[in-house]
Amino acid sequence: MTFLDYAPAPESRSILHLKKSYGLFINGDFVDGHGTPFTTISPADESPIAQIASANAQDVDAAVAAARRAYETTWSRMSGSDRGKYLFRIARLVQERTRELAVAESLDNGKPIKESRDVDVPMVAAWFFYYAGWADKLDYAGLGAGPRPLGVAAQVIPWNFPLMMLAWKIAPALAAGNTVVIKPAETTPLSALIFAEILQQADLPAGVVNIITGAGDTGSALVNHPDVNKVAFTGSTAVGRAIAKSTAGTGKKITLELGGKAANIVFDDAPMDQAIEGIVNGIFFNQGHVCCAGSRLLVQENVHDEVISRLKQRLSTLRMGDPLDKNTDIGAINSRAQLERIRTLSDVGEAEGAKRWSAQCVIPDKGFWFAPTIFTGVSTSHRIAREEIFGPVLSVLTFRTPAEAIAKANNTPYGLSAGIWTDKGSRILAVADKLKAGVVWANTFNRFDPSSPFGGYKESGYGREGGRHGLAAYLQAPSALPMVEPAANPARKRRNSTKGTRK
Amino acid sequence: MTRLAVPKTYKLYIGGAFPRSESGRVYEVVTKRGAFIANAAKGSRKDARDAVRAARAAVSGWAGATGYNRGQVLYRIAELLEGRRVQFVDEIRAGEGVSETVAQQQVDSAIDVWVWYAGWADKYVQVAGNTNPVAGPYFNISTPEPTGVVAVIAPQDSSLLGLVSVLAPVLVSGNTAVVVASETLPLSAISLSEILATSDVPAGVVNVLTGSPAEIAPWLASHADVNALDLAGAEALDWIDLQIAAADTLKRVLPPEPGIPAPSVHRITFFTETKTVWHPKGLI
Repeated sequence: MTFLDYAPAPESRSILHLKKSYGLFINGDFVDGHGTPFTTISPADESPIAQIASANAQDVDAAVAAARRAYETTWSRMSGSDRGKYLFRIARLVQERTRELAVAESLDNGKPIKESRDVDVPMVAAWFFYYAGWADKLDYAGLGAGPRPLGVAAQVIPWNFPLMMLAWKIAPALAAGNTVVIKPAETTPLSALIFAEILQQADLPAGVVNIITGAGDTGSALVNHPDVNKVAFTGSTAVGRAIAKSTAGTGKKITLELGGKAANIVFDDAPMDQAIEGIVNGIFFNQGHVCCAGSRLLVQENVHDEVISRLKQRLSTLRMGDPLDKNTDIGAINSRAQLERIRTLSDVGEAEGAKRWSAQCVIPDKGFWFAPTIFTGVSTSHRIAREEIFGPVLSVLTFRTPAEAIAKANNTPYGLSAGIWTDKGSRILAVADKLKAGVVWANTFNRFDPSSPFGGYKESGYGREGGRHGLAAYLQAPSALPMVEPAANPARKRRNSTKGTRK
Repeated sequence: MTRLAVPKTYKLYIGGAFPRSESGRVYEVVTKRGAFIANAAKGSRKDARDAVRAARAAVSGWAGATGYNRGQVLYRIAELLEGRRVQFVDEIRAGEGVSETVAQQQVDSAIDVWVWYAGWADKYVQVAGNTNPVAGPYFNISTPEPTGVVAVIAPQDSSLLGLVSVLAPVLVSGNTAVVVASETLPLSAISLSEILATSDVPAGVVNVLTGSPAEIAPWLASHADVNALDLAGAEALDWIDLQIAAADTLKRVLPPEPGIPAPSVHRITFFTETKTVWHPKGLI
């Protein structure tokens, strides 16, 4: 037994009290869906977890109608302090049920329990706490006194941080006075459905939050529903683009948090121990299923060999396996489809001439797994340097001068995040100024906080989530023009002629 | 005996120069009653692309200038507008058929709006940005930055005030602009360009196209090197199609606004991106 051989330490599943099947959470109750139900599985062993209802257009209608009713009769009329108290309740209930939510998340998503337990779920509680306090302080959101909510928010979230993304979306929407219809990802609906039970425990008024499950067509029906005032989407740039097109001219306020291909820049004077940990965290956190992952390592040429050799050494100590095991560092890839995408792009990387190295891992027989992988000798034009892999695959490029590092870092249509590693403060600030990225981590990586705005430049989307900026995304100025009346065919409806202040 | 006047040739303003349209086309600018005033250049797709290229090249210098510097450079434009007010009043009267008093009011307002925006150059960051009290040993600050190249369809029913009301807020933060002027009232836009060309606004920061917005706008909306689109004056166009075209590269799009947009900080911040920078502060 070497120092790396730990005894198994799995978190018990007995804390979960799952139902065999889950309906849609509409107007405060679980109801049957009218689409074809599907089964959510554990990506670690492909075993079924529960049957999940699928919402069709009729169900989307019902959910939006419930949200509209709740908006008009209850939520928009409630005092900010009472809205805040509901959010505080939710935050507390999440904290009380942290372990259960963490187990459910790791089971359904495949991420290591230490991440769901120590990052995802605590962040969910933090998000509700943060925005709870905003609910009665909206005058300070930056839009002037007396800002107004938008109405019904349609929210579609991805599978990489299922519950955390839900919190990022729901908390600011409710604090601002909007009501919500949210659709979790098809492969990770479980924690959202447990969250629905939490909403019942919190006695949140019916219809304020509606959770509907389903695949892409459910999401599409939701964001394109004519009675929706706000669309918030996190996911791929392709889908984000489609949403931007289909909502054009409708006056719906849009927040898109899309893909990324972050450059993590390591200068030769970087604090190397921290940098190695930061690089590993940057791309192998959550199996690399992170839109802001540091998937392009830009390392100064004279320290390239040292960095790569230390990285390989470090990656060889990572433990891949049962997501519910407390010692696991790398969990399962979320789905077979995602695994195929990662494999395909990795094969392309080799075919285009980059050199592949993968950590030696024992791959379990069942489930979806991909060993931590590094590509060296990558050039800017390689597909693995341009396309989001969304997996544990790091592409390494080199540079000689800061100017070259900045040019290469910005050589992407994305602009979500970036990393800088150097001990020189002035260089950090100068480089940070020139990077076209919404979040820049200097001598750290993958830090998130409810008070800190997150979101991208360019094709990484628009709008920010988190902080005051994230709150403003769910508000309109008191003098703002009235919202557009819902249109039967939103893509063709012109914005109403509006009266505002003008000279 | 009256002196024979020397009429002015109105051209495009691209990259600090005044070229004719590469297409060789012009169109007649006429008075309210239909009398000929001048031939304006009828900008083409190629002109639009040239303008975007000039605007892109100018971003780093203009965005990299200090807010204090940008504010002074912009304030200077207001000074020059004052000096040329007679020319603007004449052009506005000729094009819009309004009285001298009304034309003067428009010039006054344009100058005041310009001064108001110029003053924001070294302040909007303080209003739109903030530090964030994150739960950990980190310094964390969010600041707005210019988004890059902004294509603007100027209000179509105003000569100068409409143009100034959409152009100034784009420039304040350090964006560069490609502006499609009012099709029927383009003269003030070119005269303003002459002011810009002799001021300290670097070449390429403002590029002005005259001609048909319906013809030019789609090329700007779909241009991959344009970061944002202000459709202020596009209400009469198929602007939803423009917004759809803009979605291909996820441009930020400000929808049409009838009339002349009122001065607002929102017009500045809409064309900015919030950047959040983290750094540990654990070591002592």
